[in-house]
Amino acid sequence: MVTVTPSRVEEKKTDTISLTINGRQVVATKGATVLEAALSAGIYIPTLCYDPDLKPYGACRLCVVEIEGMRGLVSSCTTPATEGMVVHTETARVTKSRRITMELIIANHHGDCLTCAVNQQCELLKIARYLGMEQEHIERLRKGTQVLPIDRSHPAFERDPNKCILCGICVRACHEIAVVGAIDLAFRGYSAKVSTFGDKPIIESICKSCGECISRCPTGALVPKWEKAPVKEVKTICPYCGVGCSLYLGVRDNEIVSVRGDPEGATNKGSLCVKGRWGYDFVSHPERLTTPLIRIPGTSRKLGQDGQLHEIFREATWDEALELAAKRLLELKENYGPDGIAILSSAKCTNEENYVMQKFARAVIGTNNIDHCARLCHASTVVGGIAAFGQGAMSNSYRDFEKTDLFFVTGSNTTECHPIIGSIIKRRVKFGGAKLILADPRSTELDEYATVQLHHKPGTDVALINGLMHVIIRDGLENTGFIEERTEGFEDLRQLVEKYSPEAVETITGVPQSDLEAAAHLFGEAKSACVLYGMGITQHITGTDNVKSVANLLLLTGNMGREGTGFSPLRGQNNVQGACDMGALPNVYPGYQKVVEPAVRMKFETAWGCELSDRPGVVVTEVADGINKGNIKGLYVMGENPMLSEPYLEHTAQALNKVEFLVVQDIFLSETAWLADVVLPAAAFAEKEGTFTNTERRIQRIRQALMPPGEARADWEIISALAERMGHPFGYESAAQIMEEIASLTPIYGGIRFDRLDQDGLQWPCPDSSHPGTPYLYQDGFARGRGKFHAMDHIPPAESVSKSYPLILTTGRILEHWHTGTMSRRSGVLSKLRPEGAIEMHPSDATKLGLIESDLIVVASKRGQIEVPVHITEKSPPGVVFMPFHWHEAAANILTSDALDPVAKIPEFKVSAVNAVLAVLDRAAQDNAFLARLAENPAEALKDYNLTKEEKSALASGDIRKIESWLGKLDERLRTWLILRLSQEKW
Amino acid sequence: MANPLVAEDTQAPVLGREATIEERLNGILSSYQRNEDQLIPILQQVQLAFGYLPETAMRKIAKFLNLPESTVFGVVTFYAQFRLVPSGRNMITVCRGTACHVRGGARILREVEKHLGVKPGETTSDFEYSLETVACFGACALAPVMVVNDKVQGRMSTAKVRETLGNGSS
Repeated sequence: MVTVTPSRVEEKKTDTISLTINGRQVVATKGATVLEAALSAGIYIPTLCYDPDLKPYGACRLCVVEIEGMRGLVSSCTTPATEGMVVHTETARVTKSRRITMELIIANHHGDCLTCAVNQQCELLKIARYLGMEQEHIERLRKGTQVLPIDRSHPAFERDPNKCILCGICVRACHEIAVVGAIDLAFRGYSAKVSTFGDKPIIESICKSCGECISRCPTGALVPKWEKAPVKEVKTICPYCGVGCSLYLGVRDNEIVSVRGDPEGATNKGSLCVKGRWGYDFVSHPERLTTPLIRIPGTSRKLGQDGQLHEIFREATWDEALELAAKRLLELKENYGPDGIAILSSAKCTNEENYVMQKFARAVIGTNNIDHCARLCHASTVVGGIAAFGQGAMSNSYRDFEKTDLFFVTGSNTTECHPIIGSIIKRRVKFGGAKLILADPRSTELDEYATVQLHHKPGTDVALINGLMHVIIRDGLENTGFIEERTEGFEDLRQLVEKYSPEAVETITGVPQSDLEAAAHLFGEAKSACVLYGMGITQHITGTDNVKSVANLLLLTGNMGREGTGFSPLRGQNNVQGACDMGALPNVYPGYQKVVEPAVRMKFETAWGCELSDRPGVVVTEVADGINKGNIKGLYVMGENPMLSEPYLEHTAQALNKVEFLVVQDIFLSETAWLADVVLPAAAFAEKEGTFTNTERRIQRIRQALMPPGEARADWEIISALAERMGHPFGYESAAQIMEEIASLTPIYGGIRFDRLDQDGLQWPCPDSSHPGTPYLYQDGFARGRGKFHAMDHIPPAESVSKSYPLILTTGRILEHWHTGTMSRRSGVLSKLRPEGAIEMHPSDATKLGLIESDLIVVASKRGQIEVPVHITEKSPPGVVFMPFHWHEAAANILTSDALDPVAKIPEFKVSAVNAVLAVLDRAAQDNAFLARLAENPAEALKDYNLTKEEKSALASGDIRKIESWLGKLDERLRTWLILRLSQEKW
Repeated sequence: MANPLVAEDTQAPVLGREATIEERLNGILSSYQRNEDQLIPILQQVQLAFGYLPETAMRKIAKFLNLPESTVFGVVTFYAQFRLVPSGRNMITVCRGTACHVRGGARILREVEKHLGVKPGETTSDFEYSLETVACFGACALAPVMVVNDKVQGRMSTAKVRETLGNGSS
């Protein structure tokens, strides 16, 4: 099962053969099985265990056929079709055999088809009808049917072993496509069943809830708990991550009642992850905003609780809300100038909406103060990529990964944050012979697949990559031809990396020299390599340097501009690529055309019929400062939640309290919306038309499946209405019309029209309407001419550990949740799977602090503190704690550092110095110096106490009663902590 | 949730055994190639060492061979030779061969089951007895046959079962 390449990663063969099936001449592709040859010729052969995406299995024996010259009946799914073969699929012998097989399969199947969730789609039922089963025959075989317990442990689906026919499709999908292996066939004979490890409930297994098994189960053995039969299905794109999976939403009574991956989807071939399969009930959540809200005068800007909405806001009509917003924005513009207003656009919204928003900022307000959350994730990629290649986007496509021999994944927890790409890497490594180098301070799932793991210290990426390049150059593995023909600046790089010897790099990064050498050789010797990275590279004060280092490595080895190679920043949000492309950035118009270039500006001035500012605007991370300093007076936020996503939240909160006028446009009353003066209710992804651009530059259509709730409207409609009230009507009637305007002004989108995007979408650059799109960039040259090497030294992170803050906090995401949780935490399944956050800590640090699993701890940095349960795991290295930023109750960004990369202005989310202490101890220590001293550690903390003999012996023996007589009554957990802590003291 | 099929590590009958599982396993694994063909020999060797296949051992073997844990579990449960719970101090094997059957083997088995409160393949909660059956022991002349720790007891009767097992384990 684990050694052969599954069919989906095999190359398509183009040669054909011809054979005869039931007297008909049939042409089939070479390498096809008899079953595939028959199916492609429209000849039906019943089968229960065949799945075109899985390896042939030959379990159900229903696909048997007669082949002339072969003895007996053969299973057509495992027999290769050969030239001139003569096949009979419907002889009496075949039919008899199939009937008996089928009788045996259903002899112990519960016949409750009327109430079964899959009755219309059931393959078993379909084949039973095809073969014509007889009740008597089945009854004759029926043993006292055993009733096995149904596994209902998972919030999203049920496993009913009574309806399982042991076709093995779920097992194979789990092993071959998702590459998880949560289930397998276990036990024997009559007891055989699909089982998790230890036959435990599925929720206790390593199941990732992707539902790959459920979507393929031919019977009702695996069924979603909530799904209803849809009235119609609408093809659209998942709104979670940047992978951009194509899917069908099943709709009924203005609700999403089913979800299935699009088997033809160019990005995902039918696969979805836990969020993409189960995470859409937020769309119909009762907390959706359904009407505009206006702050009641005199109420203070603070985060409200559920039920307080009407104490803070009053419901308003669109007329009132738009009128107020227009009036106040015009006043601010009048009083403070256009740059007194800043706008945050949204990587969750469509291209059309981002385009309209930046046009609103530039044409209506007259400022370039427009930015969005790309600043917080891949600003450094855009800057670094443009410096090295001339473009800041991913240079290749997912389909390139099928040709990649070596993956270098760094600073990306791919299987959790981009699960579908994670599965491609796992498949390529496990079945396709590809190798993987994984560089990450933390252990992630991909560790198991890595040939070499480099667990470097947070913030030492430049040194690590310089070290790799040192070894590559030292050992002559660089691609001299490529360097000469297509790059510049190599000599500077060569000289710089000379000093990054493996010994020197080990000192900085903590990576053993032998691992560095092994990784360098793997990379240098690979035929085609690509580097995939995420926020572990970008979210540093050296983010731009890190990205340039990645570029250096690729240029050095000539791994650019060919199939299977490339630069693969994995963009976070569904449309963060598009929001950047659309110019929701303070320095560029759509298509990265610079606002400072007069010719460009003139083009947009002509098109938009107004004068435009030539001053680049402020970035997201400067907005709070701008407000605090009094430069920015008004803020208009669309679909972003800076009150959870910004670093150093206290600072952001101060700013949002101070700003004169705040408009928030969102689908929920987010933490930020609670502070707004006017809240505008927006339509969700399923309620509007438009396009998203995924991380491989693929522009794909989203389609309206539902009516927005209440008064909610699509973002582009809201912005257009506001623009009109401010005296600058845009006159848009549809998203398609907006895209036409985008195409006319944006060379890289020049050939994009809605009617061209119906199937797979198009990958930019797509300059004209006959251009087929560009799967990988730089085949003939870099966008800037030659690829540029940047020689860069290691610069340590802005914060380092100290006695008061001895741990490094690094933040990130987890599989089940999304960013600030506005959507995923309102999904029933996702929030049940992961209801609360935790901070991950290495056992050695936990022992030092006297912590046990799930202890509530206080984590503090210079900027603030939070309370959160601890999860003790070796995934975090000693000295490093990890926490996702999804949780408003314990917002990681209260702690994070707002130190910025000087060029890209991205904050260093990945390195903040913190300390941690048991929460009950923290509280007790606040008014008890003795406990505070003990909490500080290290041992011998009590040396400087002048203790009597009696006190000493009580402490040494952990005599809690006596200790309590001095300290007062202690919390139960504190008692056990204290006893453990005192036992570590030297007396 | 307690699962009767997989022994929780705390159920290990000898105190301190858990602490050494890791080291003993490492010792065993060090003499094998990291090749999935080695799965069954490794499982056999580990069972020989521990008397059964503890959950932690199966996990470690899966990791060692780079196989999904579920696959290891699938193999373990497919073969009758592998045990998921520690065997009792005494092994009771009841023959279900033809000769034993006609001479009342089924009655013997029922009596043992009743007496110990376990089914074939199970172990009493105090780890005193494990019960297994065999298709034919080959001592048909002595039918019905029951084997207690390699000692064959022939011409069994329900009374002799009670006598052999005393008051049972409970």
